[in-house]
Amino acid sequence: MAKSIDVTDLNIYYGDFLAVQDVNITIPARAVTAFIGPSGCGKSTFLRSLNRMHEVIRGAYVDGKVLVDGEDLYAQEMDPVNVRRKIGMVFQRPNPFPTMSIAENVLAGQRLNSKRMKKSEADDVVEQSLRRAGLWAEVKERLDRPGSSLSGGQQQRLCIARAIAVEPEVLLMDEPCSALDPISTSVIEDLIHELKNDYTIVIVTHNMQQAARVSDQTAFFNLAGVGQPGRLVELGPTEKMFANPDDPATEAYIQGRFG
Amino acid sequence: MTTTLTRPAPSELGADLRGRRLPTWGPTTVWSLAAATAVVGLLTPVGLARGLVLAWFVAALVPAWSFVVEGRRKATDRVVTHLVASAFVLALIPLVSILVAVVGKGSSALSAEFFSYSMRNVVGEGGGIYHGIIGTLLITAAASVISVPIGLFTAIYLIEYGDDSRLASSIRFLVDVMTGIPSIVAGLFAYALFVLFFGEGVRMGVGGSVALSVLMIPVVVRSCEEMLKLVPNELREASYALGVPKWRTIAKVVLPTALAGIVTGITLAIARVIGETAPLLIIAGMTDSVNFNLFDGRMQTLPVFTYSALMNPGVPAEPSIERAWGAALVLLLIVMALNLVARLVSHFFSPQGER
Amino acid sequence: MGTRRIREEGLRVSSTTEQTRRTAPPQRPGDRVFGGLSLGAALLILATLAGVAIFLTVQGIPGITASPEEVKYDTTFLRYVGPLVFGTLWAAALALVLAAPVAIGVALFISHYAPRRLAQPIGYVIDLLAAVPSVVYGAWGMVTLAAAIQPVYLWLEEHLGFIPLFAGPASATGRTILTAALVLAIMILPIMTAICREIFLQTPRLHEEAALALGATRWEMTRMAVFPYARSGIVSAAMLALGRALGETMAVAMVLSASGVISLNLISSTNPSTIAANIAHSFKEASGLTVNGLIATGLVLFVITFAVNFAARAIVDRRKEFSGAN
Repeated sequence: MAKSIDVTDLNIYYGDFLAVQDVNITIPARAVTAFIGPSGCGKSTFLRSLNRMHEVIRGAYVDGKVLVDGEDLYAQEMDPVNVRRKIGMVFQRPNPFPTMSIAENVLAGQRLNSKRMKKSEADDVVEQSLRRAGLWAEVKERLDRPGSSLSGGQQQRLCIARAIAVEPEVLLMDEPCSALDPISTSVIEDLIHELKNDYTIVIVTHNMQQAARVSDQTAFFNLAGVGQPGRLVELGPTEKMFANPDDPATEAYIQGRFG
Repeated sequence: MTTTLTRPAPSELGADLRGRRLPTWGPTTVWSLAAATAVVGLLTPVGLARGLVLAWFVAALVPAWSFVVEGRRKATDRVVTHLVASAFVLALIPLVSILVAVVGKGSSALSAEFFSYSMRNVVGEGGGIYHGIIGTLLITAAASVISVPIGLFTAIYLIEYGDDSRLASSIRFLVDVMTGIPSIVAGLFAYALFVLFFGEGVRMGVGGSVALSVLMIPVVVRSCEEMLKLVPNELREASYALGVPKWRTIAKVVLPTALAGIVTGITLAIARVIGETAPLLIIAGMTDSVNFNLFDGRMQTLPVFTYSALMNPGVPAEPSIERAWGAALVLLLIVMALNLVARLVSHFFSPQGER
Repeated sequence: MGTRRIREEGLRVSSTTEQTRRTAPPQRPGDRVFGGLSLGAALLILATLAGVAIFLTVQGIPGITASPEEVKYDTTFLRYVGPLVFGTLWAAALALVLAAPVAIGVALFISHYAPRRLAQPIGYVIDLLAAVPSVVYGAWGMVTLAAAIQPVYLWLEEHLGFIPLFAGPASATGRTILTAALVLAIMILPIMTAICREIFLQTPRLHEEAALALGATRWEMTRMAVFPYARSGIVSAAMLALGRALGETMAVAMVLSASGVISLNLISSTNPSTIAANIAHSFKEASGLTVNGLIATGLVLFVITFAVNFAARAIVDRRKEFSGAN
């Protein structure tokens, strides 16, 4: 089910403002790709362009190609809503729906689209998704409690369960641990290890150690200069990027000399 | 750590910081005395009015005392505190007086007959406000049916679609201006509109609903807009990321999350228009009989009943005036109940754990 | 803020990117219907506002041009509406003068002076004043307040009668323009208090703390930090309250036994009427062109309140831009 992503010559605009320039990257299936770089370098924007989430902002558009399994996400006839069903996303802060219970949150993708499901089928989806997100044991006794009754780390895993319940092929994670404590963070990192057997995972992180721990390949983004668009500086296997990167800017950033 | 600073001796510094102050029990005691004066005024032939004036002077002793002990600056501060607090008490006086007057004069009118009879063929004593209650409920309900969808969808446009576009900001501005339309002008508008279709002298319950809608829509728009604004953007994004189209996101995530606030806002908007008199006087008219048909002729309402029974009591006047106060009391109770319901809804039904 | 900056910076790369912009993706039917309903509702509001102006004008013009013989009030429209405009402005101005200091005081009490635990309940109590229906205010004003205040008018006539405002002779019923203005003042108190309270609470904490750190007393802090920041907000709150007072019908219609004069005398039994109260009094018995005349007076009232509200809102909006608040 997991798919690889090929991006060619991608430019991302907000209105007339060019935010990210000329990205070419291949994201392999069943692996974790980490995006690192200083704040405002466009890594989150680029991540959001992978499932057309950046279009939520008025006036945002791209040119270039994003191929998933040979299909261009930005082709004329593509529906962004369907794109997002195939490419799920987990956000910086856990955001369960406050009006829904834990089980309803997991089923949100189906429920919000008024998809008919048998009770047994729905129960299956809830259990499977929560098991995969490593949350089943903790919440199986209280599936009808509100999602907001969980702790921050549990909420984030609930959001992961919710994202995988719609059976996406790719999972995008936008700094999924930045609002969590170290223990929850390590639980989620273990989970990412598990999930990469089934999904293509892309993670944006500010935490260099986290990138080193969880990812197979790392991409470094940086601004070309003040007021200039962000761009992809270097891409490589994670060990190489951290041990001996080609670009001096990457080395400087990884060693903590800026950003 | 060695410090080369020359410190003043502790006693000097203390003397510098210490100032002459009123004892902490001072102001409290004086204020209690003032309150006692007012109560004594109320209970004795002195009267509440004189009692309150005396209490004001008693409380003014605090700044005076402060001037002697603490000096000019502190005293000025206390004068202002005194004035600001008395502004509040001053604002309370009419509220209490209105409640006392309405309850005192109106409660004797309340009876089973009062709620179940109209004024049809009633001269002198007897009769009731059944026709007024029916009219008020029907006209207000119809006004809500018109206003709530328009107001809610406008708010959705402003928050979810319009964003900061030119059209949205001008609509926002005009909605604000619309809040200021005098109620009687709304009544005239409804009349001028209905005259086109039904000819001169038209009186119709639904006309009242249209007039009330003009007053209600801007209130609904503003409160719904505030509530939609409070829904965190993250929830919208979470829904989009699950492959949910925008309209379903609005209908199934944004609106349910904001529901408690929206219900509160709408209830308060209803409470605001249910007591309107002037527009109904013009377009719904008045009658002594029950009328269940919004589209057929005059319809009595509680506020208009209160107005006409008080202004044109007829002979004998006393029963009519008593009924007027009774109707005012019922109206006041309805409005207060709506306000209470609104507060309870927002208190108990807001989603838990919202950030 | 963010989008604005992006737009400004973006100006540099404009026009070259124009060709590369893609057309919007196909919209779902559900989105089209929902979006259409929302936009439709918003446009309906514009249409309503325009409708109010248009219908009042269409129905009012025959009343403006009617000759004195054709209408019940036996005079030209301008002569008819003149005293009413005076009465409307006079009553509203009096109400504002009476209400403004109290409203500012109460707002300050809630925002800065009352014990913190009490501030919210006190706010609710003041909001209760806004919940009282206007006809109840009218009834209270004409019966309770008028009787209670009549002795004060006697006293004013006796001791301050040399001032034209209190020339008297004092009304025997107490139902005078000053009583009406008092009721109006109480009615506009909650809205003015609420707006002022919001504005006072928005005072930047840093300014307040800076003042306190300089050793200011609470009042000095209020004068140094709160008032300068709130000035334009207070002005617009006052104007919004004024707009309310101009259009309020029942309080004046019930309290005043009006005779349509122009008079500055506050305590006598001959009082000017207001546009709104006059419509309420006369509409029931009016017919033919008289109705059009009354609608025309309503149009005049609409224009006046619209102008006042428009100005007030414009001040609020301009203030937002300057202060960066919100």
